[in-house]
Amino acid sequence: MLAFNFFGATEGGLFDINATLPLMAIQVVALTYILNSLFFKPVGNVVEKREKFVSNNIIEAKNKLSEVKKLEADLMTQLQSARSEAQRIVGEAENESDKLYKEALELANNEANASKEKARLEIESQTSAARDQLSKQADDLSELIVNRLILEK
Amino acid sequence: MFFNSLLTNFAALEVGQHLYWQIGNIRLHGQVFLTSWILLGALLVFISLGTKKMENDPKGLQNLLEFLWDYIRDLARTQIGEKVYRDWMPFIGTLFLFVFVSNWGGALIPWRLIKLPSGELGAPTADINTTIALALLVSLSYFYAGLSNKGWRYFEYYVHPTPIMLPFKILEDFTKPLSLSFRLFGNILADELVVGVLVFLVPLILPIPVMFLGLFTSAIQALIFATLAAYYIGEAVEEHH
Repeated sequence: MLAFNFFGATEGGLFDINATLPLMAIQVVALTYILNSLFFKPVGNVVEKREKFVSNNIIEAKNKLSEVKKLEADLMTQLQSARSEAQRIVGEAENESDKLYKEALELANNEANASKEKARLEIESQTSAARDQLSKQADDLSELIVNRLILEK
Repeated sequence: MFFNSLLTNFAALEVGQHLYWQIGNIRLHGQVFLTSWILLGALLVFISLGTKKMENDPKGLQNLLEFLWDYIRDLARTQIGEKVYRDWMPFIGTLFLFVFVSNWGGALIPWRLIKLPSGELGAPTADINTTIALALLVSLSYFYAGLSNKGWRYFEYYVHPTPIMLPFKILEDFTKPLSLSFRLFGNILADELVVGVLVFLVPLILPIPVMFLGLFTSAIQALIFATLAAYYIGEAVEEHH
């Protein structure tokens, strides 16, 4: 029998150690098993399941976010290339239309010059013809005048 | 006359008296078991109510129990380490809950109103048997943890930085359970005695702050006991190179 007697008592006292000690130890060990199956395991399962769920969701969300960022970057480069392509096309079209405009202008100028030249030549020929006719008529007239003067004398 | 009746009614401070139960030729402190059964019964009822319908979105009691679980896990994890804390979490948690429930139950429930033939009801942790039982369980646990995790290499711990440490480390194996048990026992018993004496001297109002202080001490002692137990186990399983 374990019994340390302090405070002068033959039985009892503050430091009365007896079979309460091993029985209490057994009780605590039993309590550990009971609490393990009643509290620690079930609550742990629920909490850890939720933690896994949350962390999986976070990982998934991060993956999705990175995917979105990648797609965004992709789209940006596509947009950039499309923009530069458009610029190139617009520039080409401008050059072409400029060229066409110049060609058309030249053609029109040439045509105008040609028709002007033609008109000038025609005017010249008609002028010379008219002048010829006029000088012929003047000759006729002068001949007529001369004849008449000669006749009157 | 009046004073005498006060004395017998309120202030029967029975230090070191026990309600003895005789079973065969072993003797037990009945009041310790009575209070511990009542308190542990209440704890188990509380826990079974809280875990009856576990849901993914916790409600009510489940919230509280999950908070408690998380608190105990953090305690075990920080002291024991990531690798083996899972194995020891139920033990650390049980120590914490047992000490906490015992301390608070002893402080909050007016046990003195229940008359026993001898001794009086109170916190189970105010009995030296209980605290020594807990402390010895902690000692066994850390030996078991060290030996099961590291085999015979566990004893390298005794000569760890230098062999000069050997006598001190051996001495520690005795001082650890001694300090664990006496710290808890002394704090809780002292708290009960202080409240008892104050209630005897000034039955009104004045003991209330001391009672609150007692509640604070009780909670702190539970935390200290569990933390130290976890720390000792962590020390035993720690790998040092």
